[in-house]
Amino acid sequence: MMTNYGNRVTQGQFSFLPDLTDEEITAQIKYALDNKWAVNVEYSDDPHPRNTYWEMYGMPMFDMEDPAGILMEINECRKTFPNCYIRVMASDATRGTESVKMSYIVNRPSVEPGFNLVREERNSRSQGYTILPYACNKPEGERS
Amino acid sequence: MADNEVKGKERYKSGVISYKSMGYWQPDYEPINTDVIAMFRLVPAKGVDPEEVAAGVAGESSTATWTVVWTDRLTACELYRAKCYKCDLVPNTGPGTETEAQYFIYIAYDMDLFEPGSIANVTASIIGNVFGMKALKSLRLEDMHFPVAYLKTFDGPATGIIVERERMDKFGRPLLGATTKPKLGLSGRNYGRVVYEALKGGLDFVKDDENINSQPFMHWRDRFLYCMEAVNKASAATGEIKGHYLNVTAATMDQMIERAEFAKELGSVIIMIDLVIGYTAIQSMAKWCRANDMILHLHRAGNSTYSRQKNHGMNFRVICQWMRMAGVDHIHAGTVVGKLEGDPAMIHGFYDVLRETKNEVNLENGIFLEQDWASMNKVMPVASGGIHAGQMHQLIHHLGEDVVLQFGGGTIGHPQGIQAGATANRVALEVMIQARNEGRDYLAEGPEILQKAAKTCAPLKAALDTWKDITFNYESTDTADFVPSATTSN
Repeated sequence: MMTNYGNRVTQGQFSFLPDLTDEEITAQIKYALDNKWAVNVEYSDDPHPRNTYWEMYGMPMFDMEDPAGILMEINECRKTFPNCYIRVMASDATRGTESVKMSYIVNRPSVEPGFNLVREERNSRSQGYTILPYACNKPEGERS
Repeated sequence: MADNEVKGKERYKSGVISYKSMGYWQPDYEPINTDVIAMFRLVPAKGVDPEEVAAGVAGESSTATWTVVWTDRLTACELYRAKCYKCDLVPNTGPGTETEAQYFIYIAYDMDLFEPGSIANVTASIIGNVFGMKALKSLRLEDMHFPVAYLKTFDGPATGIIVERERMDKFGRPLLGATTKPKLGLSGRNYGRVVYEALKGGLDFVKDDENINSQPFMHWRDRFLYCMEAVNKASAATGEIKGHYLNVTAATMDQMIERAEFAKELGSVIIMIDLVIGYTAIQSMAKWCRANDMILHLHRAGNSTYSRQKNHGMNFRVICQWMRMAGVDHIHAGTVVGKLEGDPAMIHGFYDVLRETKNEVNLENGIFLEQDWASMNKVMPVASGGIHAGQMHQLIHHLGEDVVLQFGGGTIGHPQGIQAGATANRVALEVMIQARNEGRDYLAEGPEILQKAAKTCAPLKAALDTWKDITFNYESTDTADFVPSATTSN
């Protein structure tokens, strides 16, 4: 078990709050749509902080204007991958940004075992650090 | 051409003639798109014609000396001569008011007067000699405009807001930081303890203070080693990317590079420098950071010496401009509600210069000259000094989401410890961003939103109880000239 506040991975915008309800998720989706950002859903069983490319649950929903439709996609993803981390992201295509504007976790595995910090002794007391998620101890196909 | 300008043979007769008649006062001149423009606030010495002093400032910041020289005629002198084209009385100064007359003067410089890509060269002209001229009582550089062609000779921020967020994997909310306290005296081991606790509790960054370099109580290598232990341990405890601004400020460039290289070897995502190292050193470090994928944090140590008083020196907004060009990724730019100088409108102006793609004229925020930033990266402003979780709604309202909010005392001074202090700040931040996105009137409902979140978060409750309504309401010294502005944070 993780020993930080909430005993959980704290990536994303709202990990320090109680899990968002569907109604709260819908409000956040609406904010993204009001800003003309494209929303997409991603899932992963590897919460390493530098694991950038989670699996995409479909393409970004560029033309979906109804928050309820997006929530439906999120719930489909939750049903398919109940024991994965799932995050909702929003992308802004405006010049000067052209990047991610929102990212928040909406589903977690029932157990979050955390990370092993592996130290490598180097010269002059310096150390090399490697962070290994316990969740990835097994091969990819045998994890959940 | 001005009425009293002298031309031809008469102009170059040996001797002394006025700056105006030498051609530095051109009231009909219309700036062209290859001109750099500087705008100053001028108080002439007693009894001196303001236009003549204004022409003097143009002259001495470009080609002139005190007497006529024939060697001008070997050059394209009319091009190289800076031209003062406007000299306006500042509102609410001069006869009939309590303040002596001040003038806003506008000067155009051909961009070839400046070496491409050199802030040091720009400053040597613009704030070089002219501030000491006897003919003026005081002078303040208020604003500058750079043509895109000249701007493009600078690399700009090594990383920029967008890439910093991608590298840190943090989107849609301000970043959270804290400065290790006490700023001086901790051993390396104890110092790293503060870093670990604050990062594990929920902050994204911890920061060295401006004057922590390599003192007898803590050698820089010790600090770097212990801080990186703290950063990596906190990262493993939370699954988030974390950082500590390792201050590489040192006596010489060689030492700074040595320290930066060590930070890189240890895997730090960010290093830090102080404004006092000087423009050349700042640009050198920005180039190093760009070449080494490092975020560059700049602490504005020293700026208030010359930017705070309204009558003499330079506006901090121009320092923001220069630092964006010089290539820093972070700069301290005020909090509005905290303990350090900062009129809200002026601070909005600083933030606009750092973060916008284009600045339109906005007199209310002190922006006199438009600036197209082309595609130059944006600088992340840092709000630090006397802020706490109870002000979260005000901070987000004034400063937006592309900002690092640094709660030093507001983290480390928490009654339940540093981790709890960090958690209180993070919970306050997330709940306020959630409310903002939901379209609530979070500024008005802020205290209520925080109290509600505190019901399920003991650390936030303790923070709110401890600091309640602490705020720092003093008159600002640097205020806008065109609107009556509230200088308190209410």
